[in-house]
Amino acid sequence: MEAKDIIKPENLVYQKSRLMSDATFNFCPGCGHGVVVRTIAEVIEEMGIEHDVVGISPVGCSVFLYDFYKFDVVEAAHGRACAVATGIKRVIPEKYVFTYQGDGDLAAIGTAETMHACNRGENIVIVFINNGIYGMTGGQMAPTTLEGMKTTTCPRGRDVKTMGYPLNITPLLAQLDGVHYVTRHSVHTPANVRKLKKALRQAFENQRDKKGTSIVEVVSNCNSGWGLSPKAANDWMVENMFKKYPLGDMKVDGKIVMDMNLPR
Amino acid sequence: MAKIKGAIVVDSERCKGCELCVSTCLQQVIGMSEPVNSKGYHYAYMANPEACTGCTNCAIICPDGVISVYRTKIED
Ligand SMILES: Cc1ncc(C[n+]2csc(CCOP(=O)(O)OP(=O)(O)O)c2C)c(N)n1
Ligand code: SF4
Ligand code: SF4
Ligand code: SF4
Ligand SMILES: [Mg+2]
Repeated sequence: MEAKDIIKPENLVYQKSRLMSDATFNFCPGCGHGVVVRTIAEVIEEMGIEHDVVGISPVGCSVFLYDFYKFDVVEAAHGRACAVATGIKRVIPEKYVFTYQGDGDLAAIGTAETMHACNRGENIVIVFINNGIYGMTGGQMAPTTLEGMKTTTCPRGRDVKTMGYPLNITPLLAQLDGVHYVTRHSVHTPANVRKLKKALRQAFENQRDKKGTSIVEVVSNCNSGWGLSPKAANDWMVENMFKKYPLGDMKVDGKIVMDMNLPR
Repeated sequence: MAKIKGAIVVDSERCKGCELCVSTCLQQVIGMSEPVNSKGYHYAYMANPEACTGCTNCAIICPDGVISVYRTKIED
């Protein structure tokens, strides 16, 4: 049997979500952002909530989210996604509201907005892309940058004595009473993408059930910022990023499930 | 016994040549083209189509969502 006999509409088993527009992603080749953006669309499509969802895009490489999705997206100023999400959710509580934020956005300039939205238990979903760097602006050090990791603003590697320690922010957020669900994933293998998809669905279902804040972190690559090929960047991520940012659930159903003594 | 056969279609104009699908495909179906698309990227294609099982792994991992997957059962 030849490929042309298999490639027929009735045999189609996978294509990109119909909620994705025809716009080409601005992301670099092999960037994890693309996988996460697509996976969110799949979850929204499968839940059938595309007319009831509002996304908030950040400033960072994912700033153009509003071009990529066929559903509503509002662009927030740098770091303010959780504040914008709070406003929209409170005015139109029947909408599903999610933010999509990089580590510079969520864990640097937007730390206060994020912390307080979580502490208020805003009934929103936060998708947090941790690539340990400011990707969009050319690879500067982020709070999440690993010890010793080289970036354009710490070319000799991050020296924790002068530059502080890598900020592992999601376990901190997990301790806030308003937060219902915190989990950490990756998109470097199909199995990991499938797990992320389940977690995103859980997060949106939490919002439907008015449970409070759900946070889904994705440890991702920035192959341009890290100066590696896509495949090498993923391997480097597994070896280095996962040590500081191990994958797994941190808080489920309002209960902390991780061992706080573990190096997270 | 029924056999599962798969095939993929790559939107070669939109492929960015990242090669993540190549290392993800356990059946080693995918190769990178010699020619480049209008953006200058070598693009993914089925170099070894007989081996494709239609497992969808390559399409799930493709950051740009340019792979569609087809699958059918053939009786022999
Ligand atoms: C108020 C303000 N300060 C600074 C910037 C510059 N700036 C743009 S994106 C960015 C950081 C992006 O990093 P991150 O949030 O990690 O996203 P990534 O690109 O890595 O996905 C910064 C500092 C800005 N646009 N606005
Ligand atoms: S700069 Fe980094 S995070 Fe931004 S699109 Fe490129 S690889 Fe992705
Ligand atoms: S569908 Fe599966 S077997 Fe076919 S090319 Fe993709 S990864 Fe390989
Ligand atoms: S993963 Fe997608 S963009 Fe990357 S080489 Fe394969 S088809 Fe092209
Ligand atoms: Mg970043």
